[in-house]
Amino acid sequence: MNFTISKRAGAITLALIVVGLVLAVIGLAGDHTEHKQYTWAAFYANALFFFFIALGTLFFYSLNHVTETAWTVMVKRVYEAIAMYVPWGALAVLIVLVAGSLGVHHIWHWMDARTLDVADTAHYDAHLSLISSYLNKPFFWVRAIVVLATFVFFARWFRTHSLRMDQETGTALVASHWKNYRKSVLFTVLFAFLSSILAWDWIMSIEPHWHSALFGWYVFGGMWAGGMITAVIFVLYLKGKGYLPQVNSSHLHDMGKWVFAVSFLWSYLYFEQFMLIWYSNMPEESAYYVPRIGHHPWLIWGTFFINFGLPMLLLMSRDAKRSPKFLIGVGALIFLGHWTDTVQMVMPGALGAHFEGIGLLEIGFFLAFLGLFIRVVLNALSKAPLTVVAHPFLEESVHHHI
Amino acid sequence: MANKVIYAVYEDPELLKDAARKLVTAGVQVRDVFSPFPIHGIDPIIGLKRTRLGIVSFMFGIMGLSLAILGTWWMMIYDWPMNIGGKPNQHFYQNVPAFVPVLFEFTVLCAAHGMAITYLIRNKTLPGMAGRNPDPRSTNDKFIMELRTEENHGFAPEAITGMLRDTTVLEINERQC
Repeated sequence: MNFTISKRAGAITLALIVVGLVLAVIGLAGDHTEHKQYTWAAFYANALFFFFIALGTLFFYSLNHVTETAWTVMVKRVYEAIAMYVPWGALAVLIVLVAGSLGVHHIWHWMDARTLDVADTAHYDAHLSLISSYLNKPFFWVRAIVVLATFVFFARWFRTHSLRMDQETGTALVASHWKNYRKSVLFTVLFAFLSSILAWDWIMSIEPHWHSALFGWYVFGGMWAGGMITAVIFVLYLKGKGYLPQVNSSHLHDMGKWVFAVSFLWSYLYFEQFMLIWYSNMPEESAYYVPRIGHHPWLIWGTFFINFGLPMLLLMSRDAKRSPKFLIGVGALIFLGHWTDTVQMVMPGALGAHFEGIGLLEIGFFLAFLGLFIRVVLNALSKAPLTVVAHPFLEESVHHHI
Repeated sequence: MANKVIYAVYEDPELLKDAARKLVTAGVQVRDVFSPFPIHGIDPIIGLKRTRLGIVSFMFGIMGLSLAILGTWWMMIYDWPMNIGGKPNQHFYQNVPAFVPVLFEFTVLCAAHGMAITYLIRNKTLPGMAGRNPDPRSTNDKFIMELRTEENHGFAPEAITGMLRDTTVLEINERQC
């Protein structure tokens, strides 16, 4: 059965983009920071957030090939459709990276060549010169291009391959399945490295004096959780419209379990990073948390409560994970929780004292990106049969029962 | 007429499920199923009630968390305030991040052990308890369905065995009880 985008969904997403951009323009008019840094940072935080959702989904999608999971075959197309946002997310992030490199904004102040000039006593930074063999523009760009190109390539390859498998039967189908398997193994290994590299390069280097060994995993935990939540919301939306009739309560239960489990992964890393820094209390490490917890305690602990407390308390029971209303409500809240998480990763570092809490710019760009994201995903959903036509595990997935 | 137990032996869990579905639809009560591994989806077919093990586990977890809070508070704050690396030790809430790993681990420890022990007691399978397995082959590669005539007064024993014989059954054993 093919999915057609309803007029209402088209209008709502378009309205989101328009309203979001209007709010962002109003915010831009009130942005008095140097280089319009606030606007850039708000754009960047949202670009990252939606890119991360697509990446987390792409990772889980390939993980299912590696583990040869059968039950997800029913909802495979939803994962694929979300992963089709990867090129768009990559483009949005690329814009900010290019602008940063050209000096249009100073989100990454280490990109300023004066920080490495010993003669320039006003700007010279001994720490940055110490780590400049890693954190320099040419090497940064090599990594960025490898990261972006790999993700875009695999997102497109998996999609094309999946559509090709729809046409196949018998031994050709099995051969395609193994090809998919091998590519997925390669991708998960690459993803392990590249997701950490992008977290260090694009986010941690906003505050280059601060280092956290588990930052890459923490960002990855957020990606994965965001992907799981978004996937379950899309599946419930489609089911609500009468699509995906074969997705039963066991599939929903398993998707709910993933939201629950990955929320714990994220919480573990979020808290562990804080706890170790709080405990050792070294100035160069606590410099990250002092402005965050000192000025925005609600943002930091609210994020933790929404992303950990809510799924723990509300999604623990089996009935909750099987109830669409419950799942969509909790899922939407955690979705926002991961958004505030991305905002608190980027904004305080990029703006320092200029960041006074979530305002028009963040919300404006959020709505605009949300509209774009939903449009891209729904468009990808409408391009192919919603349930795969042929897959070695299709039958098993239809009869999924737990 | 003495009550009888009927054991129907199957070679495949799916065959057993099909047979059980057929008998239950006809109104026969299936007492239990013995299998070397959990059979997904058998519970609703033979009308087993949902396990309450999750609730037990949750309560053990809450108990573990409470005990851990009490323990860390009493040891580190109340009885002998510990100054470790200059961390605040006047009040529990000031030092709680340092206790979180302990609270978490003890919660998991109590929930997991409490659940496992409850499970073993409830199944009467604690180490040393006599096995209640009707047929040792059900721990290897056979799947056995148990039916009792005392629960199926509406059917003659022969009628039940007749229905079983219509399924892909391997053998049918009857026993007095």
